[in-house]
Amino acid sequence: MELLSGGEIVARALEDEGVEFIFGYPGGAVLHIYDALFKDCKVPHILVRHEQAAAHAADGYARSTGKPGVVLVTSGPGATNAITGIATAYMDSIPMVVLSGQVQSHLIGEDAFQEVDMVGISRPCVKHSFMVSKPEDIASTIKKAFHIAASGRPGPVVIDIPKDVTRPDEKVEYVYPPSVKIRSYSPAQRGHTGQIKKAARLLLGAKRPIIFAGGGVVQGEGSELLVELAKSLNLPVTNTLMGLGAYPGSDRQFLGMLGMHGLYEANMAMHHSDVIFAIGARFDDRVTNTVDKFCPGAKVIHVDIDPTSISKTVAADIPIVGPVQSVLSDLLTQIKQIREKETELPDKSALDQWWQQIEEWREAHGLWSGRRYGESDRIKPQQAIESLYKITGGDAFVVSDVGQHQMFAAQYYRFDKPRRWINSGGLGTMGFGLPAAVGVKLAFPDRDVVCVTGEGSIQMNIQELSTCKQHNTPVKIFNLRNNYLGMVKQWQDMHYEGRHAMSTYEDSLPDFVKLVEAYGHVGLEVQKLEELDSKMEEAFAIKDKLVFLDIMVDPMEHVYPMHIAPHGSMKDMWLSKNERT
Amino acid sequence: MRRIISILMENEPGALSRVVGLFSQRGYNIETLNVAPTEDQTLSRLTLTTFGSDSTIEQITKQLNKLVDVVKLVDLSEGAHVERDLMLIKVRAQGAHRDEVKRTTDIFRGQIVDVGPNMYTIQLTGTSEKLDSFVAAMDSVDILEVVRSGVAGISRGEKVLSL
Repeated sequence: MELLSGGEIVARALEDEGVEFIFGYPGGAVLHIYDALFKDCKVPHILVRHEQAAAHAADGYARSTGKPGVVLVTSGPGATNAITGIATAYMDSIPMVVLSGQVQSHLIGEDAFQEVDMVGISRPCVKHSFMVSKPEDIASTIKKAFHIAASGRPGPVVIDIPKDVTRPDEKVEYVYPPSVKIRSYSPAQRGHTGQIKKAARLLLGAKRPIIFAGGGVVQGEGSELLVELAKSLNLPVTNTLMGLGAYPGSDRQFLGMLGMHGLYEANMAMHHSDVIFAIGARFDDRVTNTVDKFCPGAKVIHVDIDPTSISKTVAADIPIVGPVQSVLSDLLTQIKQIREKETELPDKSALDQWWQQIEEWREAHGLWSGRRYGESDRIKPQQAIESLYKITGGDAFVVSDVGQHQMFAAQYYRFDKPRRWINSGGLGTMGFGLPAAVGVKLAFPDRDVVCVTGEGSIQMNIQELSTCKQHNTPVKIFNLRNNYLGMVKQWQDMHYEGRHAMSTYEDSLPDFVKLVEAYGHVGLEVQKLEELDSKMEEAFAIKDKLVFLDIMVDPMEHVYPMHIAPHGSMKDMWLSKNERT
Repeated sequence: MRRIISILMENEPGALSRVVGLFSQRGYNIETLNVAPTEDQTLSRLTLTTFGSDSTIEQITKQLNKLVDVVKLVDLSEGAHVERDLMLIKVRAQGAHRDEVKRTTDIFRGQIVDVGPNMYTIQLTGTSEKLDSFVAAMDSVDILEVVRSGVAGISRGEKVLSL
């Protein structure tokens, strides 16, 4: 029997759970834990410069590896700073365990120094939370937290630990439970066979089918089976922003991202489809445009691990609750069985016609059938992403911030593998990119990790340049600089008669090259189109240092296509500043 | 449509706030709420009434089920059930009104549980509708205070909500 203090139990339990990194920041309420980590813990701790970045870094680690990210922060401001990062993970269903210090038990509720009700303040943006009241409960609570965070629809779990629970002089027996059972928690293990059979029938009988796959396919490791399904029936596939990489981006059957800035062919195909096979997607408002006008002729099959996602905004004709992997594998079996008896399925001539129509859309306004942005002697942001795609062979981890650059990256970088596209989709958190890239780089030190950002987003967590120095995370920062908050400006151009209220920095931007040099990194400025490729090569040749590419892009560029809102349907889009469907 | 949702949940700190928080977070209404531990001290039974369309109610029950603390729940209004609301109502009872209050209380099978020279406190149990009717019947009387427990409910017959 081993006797450990609460602080030592935290350190040991994280070790026994197989945690690879702890992202955190010390402070009063977690000093006992930090002392235990310092004395005896094999798990490396990454010291960030702001607790929000700790959560984003853990999030980036989780998105790229599929394993829960771990965050350790102190009470009060440490905890509240982490909230944006927790909410970001919650919106995108990312597994994360956040340990927050709390003031001593006897002080709780007395407005003590650095006290905040973390369980309360985080409640709307966590999957679950715990407050530990005695050291004996720490190990089992940590086990439960990891189980809840990673199973079912993943999400962040907060464990709030009062300081006295971790004090070094109170030792209790330590056992890390090998498994845990929670009577009130049992996520679905398989989809309903009858429903899956119905879905197979509907899909086989479809004349204009489409697969609409979201982040759940990435999270649920369903990509291979999704490809098998699409290939076996020759189905077109579109991905949500979160689902990019779930289906190979360079494959012929891939129509690109759908939604507000989705590709023309993807949105058109959705609108005109007769059967939508939606999987691991939640029919977000950035996808559907006006819900009442959403895909009027389509029957919807909706597969999701979370029953609340089904029929939340768009009613499903065939709801299937279950993990994507098992549902896809069952569905493939059903399809095979039906086709053995009914060999004329699916209707090949109908599908050929459907593909012909899709090819026409592709030809007319697709991203790859012609240049969709104007000629200019300035670097177009789209061009910069295309250049990035080329130089990285389409195989980098692209970690994005939020704004125009995010949409350009989503459109122009064709992700062939899941978990390569890391971005804040649901919450749209500016400042996510750099710290998330740190988490990805730590998990994949030998891979190219590129943070695509803009001068707005990067400045929201630019202090993490220092973290990169300390923990040696030589990421590439790809700053598409247009001297505006580009997406805000775009909306102001389109909806506010070009009144750019607070969307320009005037002449207040720092010299980014000097700034990153001050942090001990390399900065490169790219002014002209001719030097884009050579500067990129220079940057990617540097393997052991963080390189910040400050790329001056055309500030007048808008992201197109763009859904026409309000009152528009999937097929209503602006295709350029003066062309619409 | 009015629904009665009855929830069996872990009797743990924070569980109630998660349920209540869910309603405000997602813009649902709670009309009444009633919660207490069951015969098993580790479990609480929470009953709430809410209004909403079928699709809203479906979302509410799914969202509630998703909460880790919620063990099971039932929409009692989907089947035959017994529902009870308890009301304590303090009214001015003077002069001619004093007898009238007493008579009305008898008609509603209420009990006068506290008597003062100028007031009565009446206890009444029944459906929310019955309690509403009683309050309406007191319209000529000065109502001083009304306290209601919120609806508690249970299914009729063999059907039970348990582990």
